[in-house]
Amino acid sequence: MPATCSACCASPAALRRPKTGHALCRACFLAAFEEETHRAIVAGRLFRPGETVAIGASGGKDSTVLAHLLQLLDQRHGYGLRLLLLSVDEGIAGYRDASLAAVRRHHRRSGLPLHVVSYRQLYGWSMDRIARHLGPRNNCTFCGVFRRQALDRGALLMGADKIATGHNADDVAETVLMNFLRGDVGRLRRGAGVGPAGGEGAVPRCKPLRHAYEKEIVLYAYFQGLDYFSTECVYAPQAYRGYARALLKDLEAVRPSSVADLGHSGERLLLRSDLRMPSRGTCQRCGYVASQTLCKACVLLEGLDRGLPKLGIGKHRRLRDKLRDGQPLTQEELRHLGAPAEGEPPEEQEPQGELGTDKEPWGRRELRGPQDLNF
Amino acid sequence: MCQAQEQYGGCGWPQGRPRVGCAQKCMKCKEASPVLVIRVGDAFCKACFREYFVHKFRAMLGKNRAIYPGEKVLLALSGGPASSSMLRQVQEGLSRETAKKLRFIPGIIYIDEGAVCGQSLAERAETLLQMETILQASGFPYHLAHLEEVFDLPSSILQHVPHNPAGPKNSYKEAVEGFIRQQRQEEGGGPPLPERHIQEKLAEFCMQDVPRTEGLATVQTEQLIQLFGSVKTLTAKEELLQTLRNHLILHTARAQGYSKVMMGDSCTRLAVKLLTNLSLGRGASLAMDTGFSDDRHGDVVVVRPMREYAAKEIAFYNHLFGVPTVFTPALDTKALEKASIHRVIERFLYGLQAEFPSTVSTVYRTGEKLSATPGDAGLAPGAAEPERCLLCSCALDTNVEDGSALQAILVSEQLSQQRLPAASPAGRGCCQGAEEQRGCCTNTTAPGADARADFLPLLCYGCRLTIKDMTCLESLPLYVRSEAERRKRRALMKLEIQEFLLEDEAVNPGES
Ligand SMILES: [Zn+2]
Ligand SMILES: [Zn+2]
Ligand SMILES: [Zn+2]
Ligand SMILES: [Zn+2]
Ligand SMILES: [Zn+2]
Repeated sequence: MPATCSACCASPAALRRPKTGHALCRACFLAAFEEETHRAIVAGRLFRPGETVAIGASGGKDSTVLAHLLQLLDQRHGYGLRLLLLSVDEGIAGYRDASLAAVRRHHRRSGLPLHVVSYRQLYGWSMDRIARHLGPRNNCTFCGVFRRQALDRGALLMGADKIATGHNADDVAETVLMNFLRGDVGRLRRGAGVGPAGGEGAVPRCKPLRHAYEKEIVLYAYFQGLDYFSTECVYAPQAYRGYARALLKDLEAVRPSSVADLGHSGERLLLRSDLRMPSRGTCQRCGYVASQTLCKACVLLEGLDRGLPKLGIGKHRRLRDKLRDGQPLTQEELRHLGAPAEGEPPEEQEPQGELGTDKEPWGRRELRGPQDLNF
Repeated sequence: MCQAQEQYGGCGWPQGRPRVGCAQKCMKCKEASPVLVIRVGDAFCKACFREYFVHKFRAMLGKNRAIYPGEKVLLALSGGPASSSMLRQVQEGLSRETAKKLRFIPGIIYIDEGAVCGQSLAERAETLLQMETILQASGFPYHLAHLEEVFDLPSSILQHVPHNPAGPKNSYKEAVEGFIRQQRQEEGGGPPLPERHIQEKLAEFCMQDVPRTEGLATVQTEQLIQLFGSVKTLTAKEELLQTLRNHLILHTARAQGYSKVMMGDSCTRLAVKLLTNLSLGRGASLAMDTGFSDDRHGDVVVVRPMREYAAKEIAFYNHLFGVPTVFTPALDTKALEKASIHRVIERFLYGLQAEFPSTVSTVYRTGEKLSATPGDAGLAPGAAEPERCLLCSCALDTNVEDGSALQAILVSEQLSQQRLPAASPAGRGCCQGAEEQRGCCTNTTAPGADARADFLPLLCYGCRLTIKDMTCLESLPLYVRSEAERRKRRALMKLEIQEFLLEDEAVNPGES
């Protein structure tokens, strides 16, 4: 015999909520999920009337549900927002075709304006071209770093006041685990902040679904008949996050509340006050948040442009400093940074910048990136 | 290959195998041939390894200046490798020449948990016999306790007792000097060393008072089994067992005048504990739960001097120097691999360690960067004593902040069991009607739900999860239930007189 919905005590239950274990009917679940998102937005003071909000739209379930909910709640509660969809095209052949098609369908159905910005446009490099330089490993570093900035650069281009992303409670829990496993204290502290966390770029960010379980987002999309494209980054298989994700799935199987429990833990972590935190300045080249002279994206680009693609990956600070100070690198050091071995022709013709002949921290080179944006 | 190593495979010690070339010499004495490699390139001979190991223990205690000369220290012995090795370190330290000698007065506690770990009475007696042989051989006074004894604990065990302010940090040096002066006088023909005297006295006292399995009240064993039977998940059982064990150790410490308790958590174990507790929602108390020094109880401070030894290192030491250990089954020995959060984390961490040899030490070091002192949380030093969890005595982490995960959970729970405002004209859920209660709303039967509703506000986030996994709170020991009652009454009282109180930190004599 099917259970009765514990919210209305009338209809038969259609699902058991992963988050609370309650059996609910379809209508009560949808209503609860929408109301919870609304309350999270209000409690976190995520938006102000009149703001233009760029929704990071990947075509996946999280951003599709987010776009749907924000439009619905804006109408229902009169937030007074100007919403738009913002998509990033990394330039991976075939990879975005299906997901961008899903975003376009959502755009047509919802009537929300859509903007697509490409890596080529923003950085001068497509992911496929980067992959040809690097081989199969490490690509996710690039696409992760570039993607984070791409939204910022795109949002600025459109005059948005805020970026809303579809990060959910599972993402938050994974991040807590991952930062702990990697000893990333700076991120642990930042993750601890409650409420509208300021982004790393020029445009503030918010995550209205940060307390929503991934499974409930799927349930919501399913019951609402929302159409999305599910995909993983094709360059992601070796990413460290995979371990955290697998662990979270196991934990959730043992105790379903683990997702929220990790979120709670992350918010309450207390770091010692005498720790030296990495200083956070801005990138000299593009204005993005950076702990060193250049932001991660600009270092990665620098490496690509010099034919030393691994320059921005891992702990090569000594070599970076050497380059910056105009000291020549040995053959071995160059190889260490991913330069082709001696005698082996470079795979693709790239300008080999002269080392350290200028006052600019990385030697003479063109200012890269979206020059039409006022960074 | 040594058996001890294989037993603890995959944890904490990447280069544990003695892959030693015959040409190589011990890196310390440059003479003897090495028997093991600690880190890459660090090959030790047996004698130097022992010196390194013993020194590390003394250095840990010295660095933290936690233990005063002449202080009574209770060693919590489980029979496992780490705590057994800790006992050996204390023995080594006490037998050293004066300059390097440890200067505290040790005692040992062993808790027999056989009742909840599936041991028969005969098996428990057998384990106890083995333990007692080790305890007697140590020459230290010792206390054997059965987990059943939690049913006799007083509810005062759950109360925070402020630390005697006579020993602030800056007087540590004076205390040491005073102690040495006193000792010198005594060596000049005075009465026997006070520590020796007390030790002998204590040993006498303990021997007569040892509880045996024969004397065990079967009623209490049944009560205990019933208590654990009312816990639905292995995760919550593990947590409950830890809580009860800690209470029993604390009680023994208080009753016998020990002001420190030493726990044998190794680096590897602490890494597991850090990730486990993180996953159990105990982020706020991680530093307390895993730090060197844990003063949540106030008067009795828990210290963890084995925290920088990897499990493999300990296993190797025990093997080389014949440290006796006793195998006791754990709560989950027979359980499936993914039966509890504890098991899942352990398996995950050991697996990752095999792939990335720095995993355990990275997690451990992350833990070291956490803060346990509320001063770091922005509380003024003179602020009122924080409200503490009934079960684990950590500061409550359940204040609801706007936009927090906790708030979101409470909203979800509320919206899932009550008519939504839009759908319900009366604006209240059906559960107010007593008749319908059983049929549709949650799994609450009237009396149990009441007890639970009274209980939850007294608990931290993590302990709430444990209690939520229990079907019946009636089987909790009396000391827990009566302290809960007392706190509830005090809270009500405070509510009544609130308007007359000038400050929030006003009198709370029972707790602070
Ligand atoms: Zn319903
Ligand atoms: Zn990727
Ligand atoms: Zn930059
Ligand atoms: Zn040696
Ligand atoms: Zn607690």
